[in-house]
Order: sequence, then structure tokens, then C-alpha cells
Amino acid sequence: MVTTLTKAAESTPAVDHAARIAHVSKSFVTPAGQQLVLDDITLDVAPGEFVTLLGASGCGKSTLLNLVAGLDRPSAGSIATPGGRPALMFQEHALFPWLTAGKNIELALRLRGVPKQDRRAETERLLGLVRLDGSYGKRVHELSGGMRQRVALARALAQDSQLLLMDEPFAALDAITRDVLHDELTRIWRETELSVLFVTHNVREAVRLAERVVLMSSRPGRVAREWRVDIPQPRRIEDPAVAELSVEITEELRGEIRRHGRN
Amino acid sequence: MAGTETTTPKGAAPDGNAAGPAPEDGTPGAAVAHHDLAGLEAGLDALDTVQTRRTPLRTTLVQKALPPFIAVALVLVVWQVLVWAKITDDYKLPSPTAVWDEVADAWAQGTLLGYIWTSVSRGLLGFLLALAIGTPLGLLVARVRFVRAAIGPILSGLQSLPSVAWVPPAVIWLGLNDSMMYAVILLGAVPSIANGLVSGVDQVPPLFLRAGRTLGATGLRGTWHIVMPAALPGYLAGLKQGWAFSWRSLMAAEIIASSPDLGVGLGQLLENGRTVGSMPMVFLAIFLILIVGIAIDLLIFSPLERRVLRGRGLLVKS
Repeated sequence: MVTTLTKAAESTPAVDHAARIAHVSKSFVTPAGQQLVLDDITLDVAPGEFVTLLGASGCGKSTLLNLVAGLDRPSAGSIATPGGRPALMFQEHALFPWLTAGKNIELALRLRGVPKQDRRAETERLLGLVRLDGSYGKRVHELSGGMRQRVALARALAQDSQLLLMDEPFAALDAITRDVLHDELTRIWRETELSVLFVTHNVREAVRLAERVVLMSSRPGRVAREWRVDIPQPRRIEDPAVAELSVEITEELRGEIRRHGRN
Repeated sequence: MAGTETTTPKGAAPDGNAAGPAPEDGTPGAAVAHHDLAGLEAGLDALDTVQTRRTPLRTTLVQKALPPFIAVALVLVVWQVLVWAKITDDYKLPSPTAVWDEVADAWAQGTLLGYIWTSVSRGLLGFLLALAIGTPLGLLVARVRFVRAAIGPILSGLQSLPSVAWVPPAVIWLGLNDSMMYAVILLGAVPSIANGLVSGVDQVPPLFLRAGRTLGATGLRGTWHIVMPAALPGYLAGLKQGWAFSWRSLMAAEIIASSPDLGVGLGQLLENGRTVGSMPMVFLAIFLILIVGIAIDLLIFSPLERRVLRGRGLLVKS
């Protein structure tokens, strides 16, 4: 067994953190009354750490990501991201179709306040980082799904944030492309020393990518358990160690889901 | 950092921009295949990319220009046959040649372009004014909840009010002059332009707004960088309709309000034809009004719309 187990309650009290989520709750007002979506979530992401948030539908993982991104406010608790406004990548590429691939990245640089004369070179560097050299003038609709997500990644990196939030960014891609993008993301993460908080419902993806997998329970979302993944990188999705841990986590996930069927 | 704690196996390209290590350096084959990520990605990109190709000019001519040409020719033939068949009196239905003689006469006298220019210059200037008023108005209605609640319904209601209705009050308020013409154009076109922008803004996918906000485009910067460009297709549709309304309002105003001070535009030409009982002149005026309307659309709005839609991959070639 290459993994160690930690209880959620005693997660590492790192002083240095890229994101600190402390006792965060979130409820929405629905016609049926107050609905608690997130219940007392406490989670730290260390600088340079890659954390995946794993859970079934209704665990509020996307809601949590929105809170960390600052797109919404928690009902209780606090969220701190010392590295500035986090970058966010969505399941849909969310590239602006009226701009070319390069101009999408340049817009992010411009909004960050990068001087005009530096933008083009920085854009080319970022395109190179996601291996899309020469795609500056390409229209979004001319790119394949995988290429769009790589431009979206480059645009997120253009924000020069310490923390990258990813909301199931590869869920809509075919398996071959997704596998390649896992390798890409791992490579870029190791090159840039970014902290990543990655939301997914795919157990293998979570284990393949992360240093730490956080399992959330559903309705309301709570941190159920977490695993530290010590399998050396670069990993492959077919690695026996990845498979073994995936089985263990899947069992736990299924247990969480079964509880909802009983009441 | 955490990412560098693990041992880096041989072949994981450390600089990330080279095409990976040469496969002959003795690394096991599987590892090479796994780490030649750049080549793998290049292959995927090549397989997945859609090739878009512009249609050649010849095909465009045959597919786009020929059908309307044939339709016009057919109308002319039917028209001529009706004249030959003498289904009605000459003064009610002039022959195509009689109308053509009227065109030639007006051209020879040098008045033809004058008629057209009088109306077109009024129409375009009025439209530009409507654009300058309708755009900020539309943006206000779309973005400020109170303004929308207050004047949104009135603005869309105004669209269904025929702008001819504004001619009598405009004449009483402003007299028989150019300002009255512009007032009628504005009342016809501003609601269309504003409404087009409102529906364009309403249809902006929320994902773009969220993406914009995470990039730091909020407030006015969000409006300028995200909302306006995202709403452009709806806005253009509004402009197109705004032009049609401008032109229709103007013609109504010119037909109803004639005065020697106003010069002869196409509307007056039509009214003059009726008063002197010259059906060829009436036909000439109607054709010119129609042709100008179509020409402005074909020369300005359609190319603009196509350009915007093609740039966004929204123009599907059947």
C-alpha cells in the first residue's frame, strides 16, 4: 500500500497555504425552504500542492469552487487565498468566440494590467507552454476540444495566480484526449509550482493527478475522508497502484452514496 | 515544491518545449512512447482539427447571384405578358419599357441621383443619430434593473407602433422641415436598435460572464470586454431592423409631408407621380425605394453580419 490515511478533522495545520477554507457553510434559499449545500468544510491547499475534490452529484464541489473563486459568498466561515484572485477553469472551455486563441490570452493579461508591449510575447510563451505554438491567430471554433481546453488553461495561467481552480475541466473530452491532457496538466503543474484544486467525479482521474484526494459526502457536502497519494509522478491511469487506490476510494464513495438510498 | 519531491524518471522533458528525448538513447520503448507527449499531442490536434475552406467565387455566383437574377427576369416577363394581354388600362399598368423610359429621362435630366441622394442622406444621417441614442439607451435598459422595469415594456411596445403615426404630431411640433423628418426616423429606429441590444445582452451565455469575472472584467470593463462583444450578433440584428424602420419611417414622412423647402426625395417623387397621374413615375419611385432598401442591406448590414458570425463559427454552410 503506497498510501497513508488521514482523518479529515486533523488535516495538516500548514501556516503557509495557497488556499485556506475554514468552517465554510453555504445554503441556498429554494422554494422548499433553506437548503444546506456545504456543511462546515475545512480544507487547506498548501503552496504547490495538487488537491482533487471528489464526490458524487450534490456534494457541492462546484459550489465550493465558486466560493473559493470569489464568484459567490459563503453563508458562514471564511476563505482566504493569499496569492490573489484564483484562476478558474470550467468544464466548458469558456473561451470568448469573438477573439482568437491568442487574443483570449491577451485579454487576461490586459485585465491583469500587463503593459501592452509585453502582452504578445507573454501570450506566445503561454501558448508554447501548452504546446500550441503557432495557434495565436486561430479562431476558437477552428480548434479541437482538447486544444480549446489547453488555450483555456493558458488563459487561466495568464492570470499569474498562485492558485488554479479546475471544475471538471476534462469531463467533456474523449478518453484519449483526456489521458493526454492529464499528462500535460501534470507536466505544467510541475513546471510552474502552481497550487491546484481540481474538482472531479472521476475516481481514477483524481488519483492519477493528485497528491491528495479529498472525498466529499453529499447533501449536505462535507469532507468525508482524504488520502495522500504517494505514487511517483508521472503516473499513468493504468498503473496498478492507481487502480488499487481507486478501488479503495470507489468503495468509500459508494458507501457514501448508499447512505442516501437508505433514508 | 511538492511537485519536485518525486523522482523524475528519465525522459520527462524538463524544459517542456522540446519534442522529448530522442528514442535511440536506450530508454525502454514504453517510456519513450509515454513521454513523447509533444508528438502525441501534435497528432491528436491534426486529427481533431476541422478544416474550413472558403467557397470559390464561381460557386458563390452560381448559388447566390443567379437565383435572384432569374426571379427578377421572371417578374419582368410576367409583367410584360400582362401588359400585352391588356388586362387593364394603360394608365393603371404601364409597360416595363415605359418605366425604363422614365428612368432614362430622369437620368438624362440629371435628377435621378438627386432624388436618391436626398432620401438616402436623410435616411443614413437619421439612422446614425438613432444609433447614437439607441445604443446607450439599450445598454441602460439591459443592465440597470430599474430602467428596464420603467421603460422596457414601453420600448418594446413602441416597436409595434407604425411610425407613420408620428408624422402628424411631428409636423405640428416641428413644422415642415428636415428636423421633422429626423424626429420621425428616430421614433421609428431607436426602439429597434435599443431592443436589439437588450435581447443581445440577455442572450449572453452566463458562462462568459463568469469567465469574465474570474479574469477581472467587472463593471464597465466587463461591459466593454465581455458584454458588448458577446451581444454583438443580437445588436447587429437590431441595427438591421433599425435601418429598415428608418427607411420606412422616412418614406412615410416624405409622402405625407411635402413642401418645396424639403427638396424632392423618393417619397415626394411617388406623391408627385400620383398628383400628375403618371403611373410610370409612381412605379419608378416604388422601385427606387425598394432598390435602395435592398442595396443598403446588401452592401452594409449583410456583410457585417456575415463577418461577425463567420468569425465566431456560427455561419453554418449547408
